[in-house]
Amino acid sequence: MHTESDILIIGSGVTGCSLARELSRFEASVTVLDRESDVAEGATKANSGIVHAGYDAAPGTRKAYYNVRGAAMFPALCEELGVPWRRNGSLVIALNEGDRSTLLALKERGEKNGVKRLEILERDAVLSLEPSLNPDVVCALSVPDGAIVSPYEFAFALADDAALNGVSFRFGEEVLRISVLPDGRYDVQTRGASYACRVLVNCAGASGAEIHNMLSGDKLHMVHRRGQYYLLDRSDRQPFSRTVFQCPSAMGKGVLVTPTVHGNLLIGPNAEDISDPMDTATTSAGLAEVLRKAVLTWPGLSVRTNITNFSGVRAHLTVDDFVVGPCEGCPGYFEAIGIESPGLSSAPAIGAELAGMIASFLKLPQKTSTVPYVPAPKPFHDMTLAEREEAVRSDPAYGQIICRCETVTEAEIRAAIRRPVGARSVDAVKRRTRAGMGRCQGGFCLPRVAEIIADETGMPFEEITKNGGNSFLLSGTVSSFLKEVPEHE
Amino acid sequence: MEQIITCINCPVGCRMTVTLTDSGEFESVSGNTCPRGASYARQECTLPLRMITAVIPVSGSRTPLSVKTNNPVPKKLIGSVMEELGRVSVSLPVRAGQVILRDVLGSGSDIVATRSLE
Amino acid sequence: MSERNVDILVVGAGPAGLAAAIAARESGIGSVLVVERENEPGGILRQCIHNGFGLHRFKEELTGPEYAQRDIDRAAELDIPIECSTMVLSVSPDCTAVCLSSARGLQVIRAKAVVLAMGCRERPRGALCTPGTRCAGIYSAGTAQRFVNLEGYMPGKRVVILGSGDIGLIMARRMTLQGAKVLACVEIMPYSSGLNRNIVQCLQDYGIPLYLSHTVTDIRGRERLEGVTVSRVDEKRNPVPGTEIDLDCDTLLLSCGLIPENELTAGAGIELSPATSGAVVDDSFCTGVPGIFSCGNVLHVHDLVDYVSEESFKAGAAAAEYVLHGSCGGPYIKVLDGDGVRGTVPQKIRKEAAGPVSLMFRPAGVYRGSAAVVECGGREICRKKAMIFTPGEMALITLKPEDLASLPEDVVTVRIERS
Repeated sequence: MHTESDILIIGSGVTGCSLARELSRFEASVTVLDRESDVAEGATKANSGIVHAGYDAAPGTRKAYYNVRGAAMFPALCEELGVPWRRNGSLVIALNEGDRSTLLALKERGEKNGVKRLEILERDAVLSLEPSLNPDVVCALSVPDGAIVSPYEFAFALADDAALNGVSFRFGEEVLRISVLPDGRYDVQTRGASYACRVLVNCAGASGAEIHNMLSGDKLHMVHRRGQYYLLDRSDRQPFSRTVFQCPSAMGKGVLVTPTVHGNLLIGPNAEDISDPMDTATTSAGLAEVLRKAVLTWPGLSVRTNITNFSGVRAHLTVDDFVVGPCEGCPGYFEAIGIESPGLSSAPAIGAELAGMIASFLKLPQKTSTVPYVPAPKPFHDMTLAEREEAVRSDPAYGQIICRCETVTEAEIRAAIRRPVGARSVDAVKRRTRAGMGRCQGGFCLPRVAEIIADETGMPFEEITKNGGNSFLLSGTVSSFLKEVPEHE
Repeated sequence: MEQIITCINCPVGCRMTVTLTDSGEFESVSGNTCPRGASYARQECTLPLRMITAVIPVSGSRTPLSVKTNNPVPKKLIGSVMEELGRVSVSLPVRAGQVILRDVLGSGSDIVATRSLE
Repeated sequence: MSERNVDILVVGAGPAGLAAAIAARESGIGSVLVVERENEPGGILRQCIHNGFGLHRFKEELTGPEYAQRDIDRAAELDIPIECSTMVLSVSPDCTAVCLSSARGLQVIRAKAVVLAMGCRERPRGALCTPGTRCAGIYSAGTAQRFVNLEGYMPGKRVVILGSGDIGLIMARRMTLQGAKVLACVEIMPYSSGLNRNIVQCLQDYGIPLYLSHTVTDIRGRERLEGVTVSRVDEKRNPVPGTEIDLDCDTLLLSCGLIPENELTAGAGIELSPATSGAVVDDSFCTGVPGIFSCGNVLHVHDLVDYVSEESFKAGAAAAEYVLHGSCGGPYIKVLDGDGVRGTVPQKIRKEAAGPVSLMFRPAGVYRGSAAVVECGGREICRKKAMIFTPGEMALITLKPEDLASLPEDVVTVRIERS
């Protein structure tokens, strides 16, 4: 199959989705490719979910530039897109007097970067804000503008808005080769298809350097840095209300403890350089390291309510900064690579700036009107009694609780499948609705979620996957197994 | 000939030694702490019996039918009974207790439905 | 929002809820309502198609669906309404429940007494913190059981089972009989918590090895499970390096314990016991909130459904007694766990309790030739010898009325006296 577009974006992480949405405001055909089965399958779904205020990156770097601008875009964007976001504030703690100078340096950096209201708080003030903190804390940098967001839900909303405004998403498409056509356009080949475009954008996350090196003689080198996490159950009484960082090191911002926008507690990540960017396994050594470090922040640490462990791979470039913009020597090829932390915070700004550069390169006119985005309704879990009553009256499918741990209804699962970039797997439903994200981890709701996906999409029940590809849930019917002679010893 | 088996009648799980003649006839048992153990040992070493339960497909129903043997059958027949169940064809409706397969493999046991399906 | 009044609301139509409802009706309560979140009554028994249920209660061996059907039929005879596909969203301390269903929308049910019988759930992978990938093919044993026995689908072809509880053992046999290959059953403890009968008839009959003192230490496979690593563990349950065995499998079933599902209970402000994860109750199964009772696996995880039914008949009758005569509350005798004893239920006995009171608990380890002893003020008031106590089997010791009549203190302790 051959597809022609004005603009082709490789990668549907938060950067690719942000760019796609910005470009959907212009008169151009836009296609997004992703090798996975859904939006946000790489680092976007597996990070700390922090919108950093911008004190960490060195002044003058692209990280600092995009972080501060991107973070400022979150409140309005999340409001418009109906994405959970909360300004919970961050603390960077010093556990000995020696760390105080690091905090002072961070404060100075932050102020140079334009971050407001930074303040060094002494021990008693810190402990009164966060009583579960290590009482050995000496002082902390308070960052009131630090915020938390659900990173994948943010990407889903960006993608849905983009799709609603004409952007086409193609999943399961891994880029194998890129060639330049005689007319100067790019031709991107995947296993079964080719895509021609006037502008090619590399938002390929962990594969960013690989794609760049296919086109540019100026080679980039990427280090894949894996971070492992614990995710604890929701609770109204989490030990921390702010995001608590330890002093940063060369390997990153260190192990943090933070509430999530959904009321879970997230602990992690460690940092280890690995060779395979797709290796998102957790290891006993890595998980032990997370606990060993997190206990310094939270001496009362308990993972008794652990829901899941996961890991994400950060795309760290050896040049130690984002690479954003047109690539020299490759007209019409743009890139946003090395988008590690603070990549989530930066994504809206990177998307907006890149879209501007591409629009002026192609001389694209703005669309005169766009299809307004209608945010997903409030989750049933968060509704008041009156809202719930109204919901079930308008749609009886709100009367069927499918996920009992997270109180997710059949109506919400059907809606997630019907979204512009709709869920097609059990995990895709989970990330959009939280069905299966609770304490039983889908033990009860998994068969019913699979049934609803089959019903909505017409896919046979046996072909439903956990997360696309060959991640099939089932191996066949009872009938097909009985017909094979069972083995007996 | 001696055979060692674990008693299944209670959580004590006595380890019993059963002595059999050369032709496989039961001779004696030791290590049991109650008569139930002795009779289990005798049965288990001469003609072990098992209840079989299974689910089988029913044409026209997505939900499979759960079935059982109405009496225990010789353990060595388990595999053959399952093969028989792979060949049986059942259609709706089914009542709990309905005989699905009479005298399966000449064992004297019937396969009966343990639930109803409409 | 529609509002209804009933005398007794029973949450859950599994064996516990059905027994409680039947007992309440038989005790003379006219208006009993059972609500059930699944689309049929019967609870987890619906998917437990194996035999072995009912030996104590019915003196015959039934399969799960057959056992459940007896209570469903009895409830029908007694005209007890069971509203299925209905989820209770909250219960408040005044015995008012908010329920949700497609058919009736949101409804408020005001009851004079509530019996909580929501059952339990399985411990998932996350709670075990097993490292590795997050691929497809890892299920709790009960989820796999539902796929096979109720949905008619096989979750995989080559199976490893982690945990040797009875559900894991039963699924080892089920998967084998239905045509899959079960490679091993792996148990972190030096003993199985399953019945001997199940070890013999579910594993040994099919030549499935049981690895005691072993656990799964790695999970491989990017999309679907490709294999697991099994390692031996030391006395502290830490994996021993160099003992790794790799097993190529496409399915890992987890049978690593059950957790009472007490979200509603906690939401009603009812005190929970850390030892059982269920409500703290008195000998009438009344929780700390007068009029709210709890029974079955939501109160504490049982080994046999027969005992669930027995306990729940008592709870239902007690709820009826409360509605008819309004009796509930102290003063109490406290019941404490002593050496070798975990999670004794009930946790308190009403001083006015007339009849015999059965104390149920889980032994903390395997004890042979030992005795369960109830003591009060340094004095032994009751003793029960047993050839064996094991964590897999609920132990029971019954205090007779005369044992309770002249206690020197308001606290009794249950302990195991080891031989």
